[in-house]
Amino acid sequence: MKEMLELFLTFSKMGVMTFGGGMAMLPILQREVVDNKHWATEEELVDYYAIGQCTPGIIAVNTATFIGQKKGGAIGGILATLGLVFPSLVIISLLAGLITNFSHLAWVKNAFAGIQVCVCVLIFNATVKLLKKSVVDKPTAAIFVLVLVGSVFLNVSPVWFVILAALMGILLKNLEVKA
Amino acid sequence: MTTLLRLYWEFFKTGLFAVGGGMATLPFLKDIGETTGWYTYSDLMNMLAVSESTPGPIGINMATYVGFTVGGVPGAVIATIGEVTPSIIVILIVAAMLKKFRDSKYVQNAFYGLRPASTGLIGAACVSVMFEVLTCVRIASADGSLLNSFQLMGGNLFNLRGLALAVVLLVLTNWVKPVKNWHPIVFIALSAVVGVVFGFAGV
Repeated sequence: MKEMLELFLTFSKMGVMTFGGGMAMLPILQREVVDNKHWATEEELVDYYAIGQCTPGIIAVNTATFIGQKKGGAIGGILATLGLVFPSLVIISLLAGLITNFSHLAWVKNAFAGIQVCVCVLIFNATVKLLKKSVVDKPTAAIFVLVLVGSVFLNVSPVWFVILAALMGILLKNLEVKA
Repeated sequence: MTTLLRLYWEFFKTGLFAVGGGMATLPFLKDIGETTGWYTYSDLMNMLAVSESTPGPIGINMATYVGFTVGGVPGAVIATIGEVTPSIIVILIVAAMLKKFRDSKYVQNAFYGLRPASTGLIGAACVSVMFEVLTCVRIASADGSLLNSFQLMGGNLFNLRGLALAVVLLVLTNWVKPVKNWHPIVFIALSAVVGVVFGFAGV
């Protein structure tokens, strides 16, 4: 019981300390999980992290579930994840309520119009960064372009592109082996 | 009640199909906004900005924010739980057969195709954001039509002030040392100030 509470609290702490995406969480995980708590070795953490990046969902959540289940089984995995998302729930709910109350003010509207330009650039930078990692040869470049163009011009749920791309990956690799 | 159920289901799908972290959920959140009418793309970008500027993983912050917008605190909780449910299920299964998963050719090959597709979806979301913020062209997707339409709103093709700020930010975040390594919150704050000073919303 005490261990489970510790899992929840430790991951809550990491949720508060993570600023940005899952990537920003790795050094904090190393310090807390490997150095302080000894819940996993450095190698295990890197494995979990790698798998967390290529399984569906938020990377930080996947890694938290992994570490939690190692320490305390399925319940441990669930508690670690709940701990991780708890601070976000509190902070965002408070902020969202506040912003709703002030959103009619002219300066708030102007500020958000400026911020949207910045978000635009941040998404662009994130795309370029991911591009370097995910487009490694001609077939992956083709998949990237097809999905990009398809998604801009077609009114189709992203789900279909994801399913199709996974099948394409298996098909292309199989053809490669045969050729 | 039905709204909360729908919210859970929509975020469950997002958590299951978004591969590659918080930003990968953006195309799905955009799709949810379009199909349900719960929020606009412009609302979503404001939520993204707040999510990047507050503690916690961006993907979780966005889920919480969208959930709160749709259904207050219960909505925030339901959306977040919905988004992490598939993660928990998948990871618990993977952890039980860790070695098999890592060595599986099928898994590796599927991800060979998934990674560029996920990037392509984020790229497409980026294109729509650019249209929305930097031009007066809007991408509209009508129910029942397979093709999206592009519409020109207002008199000008480009939003010149926005474009100028975007170029400055692009240069600062990519090529100017040591500025480019600063946290996004610095650039978000800077853009807010520029927006207020130059009246970006035109009000």
